[in-house]
Amino acid sequence: MLIKILGRRLAQAVFVAWAVGTLTFFLMNLLPGDFAYRIAAGRYGYDYVNQAAADAVRAELGLDRSVWLQYLDWFRDLLRFNLGDSLVSGNPVSQELAHQLGHSLQLALFASLLSLLIAVPLGLYAGRQVGSALDRASLFISVLLRAQPVFVIGLVLVLIFALQFQLLPVAGFGGSRYLILPALSLALSMAALSSRMIRNATHQVLGSSYYQFARFKGLSEQQAFTHHAQPNIALPVVAFIGIQAVSLIEGIVMIESLFSWPGIGHALAHAIFGRDVPMIQGAALVMGLLFVLINLLVDLCCYWLDPRQREEGLQ
Amino acid sequence: MMGLNTSQRWGFALLFGLIALAGAEALFWQGDIALQQLDAAFEGPSLAEPFGRDHFGRSNFARLASALRTSLLMAICSVALSSVLGVALGMAAGWKRGAVDRTLSFVVNVLLALPGLILVLLFGALIPGSFAMLYLAISLVLWVDYFRLIRARTISLIRSPEVEASRLYGFGVWYIFKRHLWPNFRKDVYTLSCFGAGNAVLALASIGFVYVGLKPPHAELGLMMVELFPYYSDAPWVLLQPLCAVICLVLSFHMIAGTVDE
Repeated sequence: MLIKILGRRLAQAVFVAWAVGTLTFFLMNLLPGDFAYRIAAGRYGYDYVNQAAADAVRAELGLDRSVWLQYLDWFRDLLRFNLGDSLVSGNPVSQELAHQLGHSLQLALFASLLSLLIAVPLGLYAGRQVGSALDRASLFISVLLRAQPVFVIGLVLVLIFALQFQLLPVAGFGGSRYLILPALSLALSMAALSSRMIRNATHQVLGSSYYQFARFKGLSEQQAFTHHAQPNIALPVVAFIGIQAVSLIEGIVMIESLFSWPGIGHALAHAIFGRDVPMIQGAALVMGLLFVLINLLVDLCCYWLDPRQREEGLQ
Repeated sequence: MMGLNTSQRWGFALLFGLIALAGAEALFWQGDIALQQLDAAFEGPSLAEPFGRDHFGRSNFARLASALRTSLLMAICSVALSSVLGVALGMAAGWKRGAVDRTLSFVVNVLLALPGLILVLLFGALIPGSFAMLYLAISLVLWVDYFRLIRARTISLIRSPEVEASRLYGFGVWYIFKRHLWPNFRKDVYTLSCFGAGNAVLALASIGFVYVGLKPPHAELGLMMVELFPYYSDAPWVLLQPLCAVICLVLSFHMIAGTVDE
């Protein structure tokens, strides 16, 4: 069973690499306009671009070869984990990505932790007290937060905490003060959904016959909750984190762009705007692999939490 | 669609309000979204310009209404395409199984390997500022949900005694679809469509916001936010307009789904 999980995710990762690589490469080759001119403009400034400069760039980067040759070239490089050089900055893509990945992971990790810190206590409480004022208030806020894109939440937080009260920096990167607003925006948008999910799971488990039985046989509420409710609430919640990986990755792109956070999402949006093909491929690839990695971790957590899955594997 | 609950009634009221706003502008005001009057920048609301003017002195009402029409068009078109495609292909895969099912499921797995917004971003880069391209990309992301649901439903339904009986009587595909399958799908397709419409609006605003979607001078809700954000301290009420418009639009679609209060 464990082998099966690992195998499935490994296959997905290989698949993502191939699909992203091929897709981005051909998408970018269908772009209108002359790459060489754009890159020359990026390097030398728009005032100094002429035919000679564009031709020099074209010859240097091999942009005059056929599409298929360039594709095969790229694919060979990918197998060697060589993602090429950025067409704009000239630095190796892998070097830039390695630099950015740390920042993105930092943001993703803090945002996820923060969202759990908000969602778990709120969801558990609302699930125990269904219909209470707090339950209804959390439903109202959750519906309101879900109706807006994550960057609107970010914008509103900036307006309140950075511009109005000047407590935190508007955007940029530096000490931990810069991390608070981006992480909080992402966390709020994720907690809006997961807190309701936890609330429903809690409500369902507390109403179940096995929980009732645990109470009837004389366990205290605390004991019954720890031994019978918690594991059963945890399972769907952890599985749901995997589903939320999509909104986490999408949120990273939006939030990094909003807060000028020097991560992969910001790089991806910039690269698309500047038509920097190797950079787009690299960034989309890392985003895709990050997505697979989160799913793998969630699978492993579920496997570890659910004895049924482990026993299935033993038989 | 008979018994609407409270949330659905409010949702429809909100949606029709927004449509009426966008329609009234087109009928009675007919403003120009690109006409600049720099001396009238951030002019307050008046009867001629109920929402004031932006940093270039352009009519906010005209721009907001145009952006709302764009978002609504995107929502309706992409939901229409993705639901028809998703239901038709989902049924084909669940009914025929075999090679058809394997091929379609493979395509779905490719699409699911990447988060939807990344895919839309890549498509948006293909032809910058093209509505049609974004429409295609958003529909491509949305149809997967329908496909997976309908395929799973069809597999179990097609083996049920009543469908088997219908087939033995010699009824055709259309009859079985209309009589047995569609009544089973209807409710879920409706819910998926409502959330799909909301997601389409969110996606369009999101990529406009990172400057990869529709290009200026096009009025688009996400783009308007980026444009107006630097002028927050001069005129916060102008920035609030596209913010509120997105929230109201998406909220109305979510409320129409009717499952908000669980």
